[in-house]
Amino acid sequence: MNAVILIAKRELAGYFRTWLGYVIIAAVLVLDGLLFNAFALGSGMDRKSSEVISQFFFFSSGVTMTASVFISMRLLAAERESGTVNLLYSSPVRDFEIVLGKYLAALGFLAILLAASVYMPAMVLVAGKISWGHVFAGYLGLLLLGAASLAVGTFGSAVTRSQILAVILSAVMVVALLVMWWVGRVTDRPLSSVFENLALWSLHFPPFQAGIIHLRDVIYYVAVSYVALFASVRVLEARRWR
Amino acid sequence: MIEVEGLTKYYGEHAAIRDLSFTINKGEVIGFLGLNGAGKSTTLRVLGAVLLPTAGRVKIDGLDLGAEPHEVRKRIGFLPDVPPLYNEMTVGAYLAFVAQLRGVPAESIGQRVREAEHKTALTEMHDEVIGTLSHGYRQRVGVAQALVHKPALLILDEPTSGLDPVQIVEMRKLIRGLRGEHTVLLSSHILSEISQTCDRLLVIDEGKLVAQGTESELSKGSGAAIDIEVASGADKAKSAIAAVDGVKSVEVVRTDAQGAQLRVQAASELRPAIVRALVQAGVDVLRVDRGASQLESVFMQLTHTRSA
Repeated sequence: MNAVILIAKRELAGYFRTWLGYVIIAAVLVLDGLLFNAFALGSGMDRKSSEVISQFFFFSSGVTMTASVFISMRLLAAERESGTVNLLYSSPVRDFEIVLGKYLAALGFLAILLAASVYMPAMVLVAGKISWGHVFAGYLGLLLLGAASLAVGTFGSAVTRSQILAVILSAVMVVALLVMWWVGRVTDRPLSSVFENLALWSLHFPPFQAGIIHLRDVIYYVAVSYVALFASVRVLEARRWR
Repeated sequence: MIEVEGLTKYYGEHAAIRDLSFTINKGEVIGFLGLNGAGKSTTLRVLGAVLLPTAGRVKIDGLDLGAEPHEVRKRIGFLPDVPPLYNEMTVGAYLAFVAQLRGVPAESIGQRVREAEHKTALTEMHDEVIGTLSHGYRQRVGVAQALVHKPALLILDEPTSGLDPVQIVEMRKLIRGLRGEHTVLLSSHILSEISQTCDRLLVIDEGKLVAQGTESELSKGSGAAIDIEVASGADKAKSAIAAVDGVKSVEVVRTDAQGAQLRVQAASELRPAIVRALVQAGVDVLRVDRGASQLESVFMQLTHTRSA
């Protein structure tokens, strides 16, 4: 377990030793800020505070998914590209520890990123009231949605040595998970409800956005993360045979 | 220290190494010699516990690599053909990371890093960012990371590749300095440097072990050359040498005012007999050399039999 923390610490520090981390943080904050001004605040002052916060979490979820794909692109692809993966492979570290360490670093970075945006819902305080419970639920939702997207991104990063290809693959997988709701709409029962429940956003995120935490939604995001990480570990293991 | 038995590794349909067997004793410095694509890197990656073999058994320090890869990895230091460096880290931070990763206890990490830097002459580079280092320094950081945890076995894949002549000499010195403390296995496709650094050579070609032994063992009876320079009388010398038992052929390479040079195809052990024959024939011997290209020719013979 020490190795997981060691790898995670190095990776997390790596985000801030290169331009990547700063670029992602800046891009996300600019996007969030623009969207917040344009949509959540609206034109007048006639909105309810809870509506503004809900809107904030709505578009933040899109930004978070996009950012996650970029945060995770380098995790394993860059290690293979530069050959440093051989250091990890030849060290007394198990393959799941490599994947977990990398993933936790990305998750830590995402948490920092999300924390940096707290000022936006907090601004509602100026002209209204906020329910901190609502904000907490929304951020938990963003973190879980991000965690699942990061895990998918980790898998994308595991299968290729090119970071650009990793981004594309991960984006395709995330979008495929998103449009499951649509597949659910055009299929018949009972298949339709299976697809609807598999969808990354449509059923599972809106409750968080409205300030409600359902255990089934938490379990869904954790399960997606687990499956994607499990697959990543398998990819790493398989590579030793090739 | 290392026992390899029937080691085979397939990449898809293609066998990178086939039925490789050899043993290496503790404290030896072994050179792994072969042309590019002969299977050197693949073998070292298997021994470095990076790749899993398709078939065969590897025992390192009495531990089976297949059964206890984790334990084996604690005892080896591996430098792949491309040094595994994190460009954004400083040399010191990187070495400390590697030491921790390989299980060096926290209290001795600082000391181990200093020792590794000292051995590889990197002490002054402690605070430099790896991405800004020149190729020679990067290669040294690569060696430093392989030995920072004091492994029993050091595996170095082409440690001198891309270095300039001065750096090659330094690297050779460095590797020789590791003798005794570690068992070292290094690979190269350049014969001259490997024969100077290593106790024993393993020659690999197209995934198979074609020869092993010390330099003189390898060149024995394989038609290696001896260079002889005489003051005068090239023809007399030629017939005298040709009469010695075991000499395969003699040719005059050069004759001029300073004398003549002859190339003799014979095992290097015949040198005293040849000199005696020359002296008896009344020829003044100026110089006797094992041909500089002797091992090279052995190498060519071993590796070209199949490709020719």
